[in-house]
Amino acid sequence: MPKVTYIEHNGTEHAVEVPVGLSVMRGAVDNNVPGIDADCGGECACATCHVFVDPAWEARTGTPSEQEASMLSFAATKQDNSRLSCQIEMTAALDGLVVRMPEAQH
Amino acid sequence: MEPATARVVIIGAGHAGSNAAAFLRQYGWPGEIILLGEEPVLPYHRPPLSKAWLKGEATAESLALRPAEFYGKQHVTLHLGTPAEAIDRGAKTLRLAGGEALAYDHLILATGARARRIPLPGADLPLVHTLRNAADADRLKAGIGPGRRVVVIGAGWIGLEVAASARALGAAATVLEAQDRVLARVASPALSAFVDAAHRRRGVDLRLRVGIEAIEPDAVRLADGTRIPADLVLLGVGAVAEDALARAAGLAEPGGGIRVDGSARTADPAIHAIGDCTIRPLPGGAMGRLESVPSATEQAKQAAADLCGRPVPAPEVCWFWSDQYELRIQVAGLAQGAAQGVVRGDPAAGDRLAVFHLDAAGAVQAVEAVNAAPEFMAGKRLIALGRPVPAARLADPATPLAALATA
Ligand SMILES: Cc1cc2nc3c(=O)[nH]c(=O)nc-3n(C[C@H](O)[C@H](O)[C@H](O)COP(=O)(O)OP(=O)(O)OC[C@H]3O[C@@H](n4cnc5c(N)ncnc54)[C@H](O)[C@@H]3O)c2cc1C
Ligand code: FES
Repeated sequence: MPKVTYIEHNGTEHAVEVPVGLSVMRGAVDNNVPGIDADCGGECACATCHVFVDPAWEARTGTPSEQEASMLSFAATKQDNSRLSCQIEMTAALDGLVVRMPEAQH
Repeated sequence: MEPATARVVIIGAGHAGSNAAAFLRQYGWPGEIILLGEEPVLPYHRPPLSKAWLKGEATAESLALRPAEFYGKQHVTLHLGTPAEAIDRGAKTLRLAGGEALAYDHLILATGARARRIPLPGADLPLVHTLRNAADADRLKAGIGPGRRVVVIGAGWIGLEVAASARALGAAATVLEAQDRVLARVASPALSAFVDAAHRRRGVDLRLRVGIEAIEPDAVRLADGTRIPADLVLLGVGAVAEDALARAAGLAEPGGGIRVDGSARTADPAIHAIGDCTIRPLPGGAMGRLESVPSATEQAKQAAADLCGRPVPAPEVCWFWSDQYELRIQVAGLAQGAAQGVVRGDPAAGDRLAVFHLDAAGAVQAVEAVNAAPEFMAGKRLIALGRPVPAARLADPATPLAALATA
């Protein structure tokens, strides 16, 4: 199963297996990785699943949809590599993906 | 630090309860965690019950907040189908259905809310539904389909979402509201008017200022004698805090709900309360209920942090969303009591709306957005920043939001 490494703001790493087809958000929630609240359950309505995609992976995770981009536009901690993790679907090609969490989701 | 044997019992395995268990482990709670749920199913997302689930666009797995294995892996003992029946605060024990006693060191009440019932003749007829839990949703779903006549009593969020889903499923929908506008309790007149028009355009027979005389086996009879034929009636007249347990233990307010502070503490130092069952501090200093997932999550964090001896996180800007047809409605802050409403852009265009509500000092206290995520996010940010914004620039779509909302 492909693995994702989630790195908390304080540097703590969580390497987790995420089944293909689930979102990177689900991988975090299902394994109780701190820092992703995902209030809306993946509806792209809450922006509490914000992550920074490791630059080495940005090309493979693709670009945000318009709705996702607009939800991210005013996130307090937005960066160029910001994504909503509920909108990144796990594929075999993403095995090894590294994402970092912002200091807070609010 | 708590002894590794200290036991937290959480009553109510809904959004707040399941999140509290997760946050307790994230924050390092060393002791036992027992999560008691009355419903027989894994804790789930309630919002889709009136939206995607009703329309057949969600599965039981996608509805679950967390998979079954989660609880075992996190050493959370989950007892489903196990209502707590009484709290003995002196002895710090609970009585479960079946008579079994369960001791606690700390208790978290997360019992949620239940659909309000109104004393209307015929309200217990089989065609009448309410919507609060998965069992209600299954029953409702079975009754809605092409050609069915759905009558919704109450134009609140849930009533309107069900009307929208019913239309999507090919049913006829009538919405009956006593007030002079939809969403009267929860939205500004501008948002009400927008949502009203959206429903009418999609064929909903929306009637305002109507009194209801009775529900009959195949119709709803109005005060003026009109009979509206119905195959199914949804009572969408709000929710009341599920506080029966707390009330019997002397922890509920006379008007309903369990009063908590900004750390989710109740009057009993061994008991926190979180989610829809609470009366909590609101923005602006008042106390009230906030029936929303973000509030349940925020309070779950407060209780978990407090129990783990961590600083309680700073208050979040409250917010809510609703999906109706292809409209995504997002509201942050509370618009009540605002000095001025500022509409950005042209609501007459019909497909999007953004209204900012300014307080007396000219700072944004609330934003209402329909298909306008940038305005919603910018508004949320402006609420958090709390500094005055020139209304004219806010109203002018030519002023970039970024110029207003970046600190
Ligand atoms: C149809 C619908 C649509 C909604 N849409 C939205 C939305 O779009 N956005 C949004 O933010 N919010 C929405 N909400 C509100 C949101 O679902 C609630 O705010 C949230 O679920 C509150 O979480 P909670 O844990 O406090 O309560 P609940 O999720 O109601 O959970 C409480 C649980 O406690 C259990 N319980 C009660 N008493 C006992 C007992 N004595 N012993 C054991 N268990 C007990 C109940 O059975 C229930 O499972 C919606 C709600 C509904 C019903
Ligand atoms: S989970 Fe809400 S936007 Fe991703």
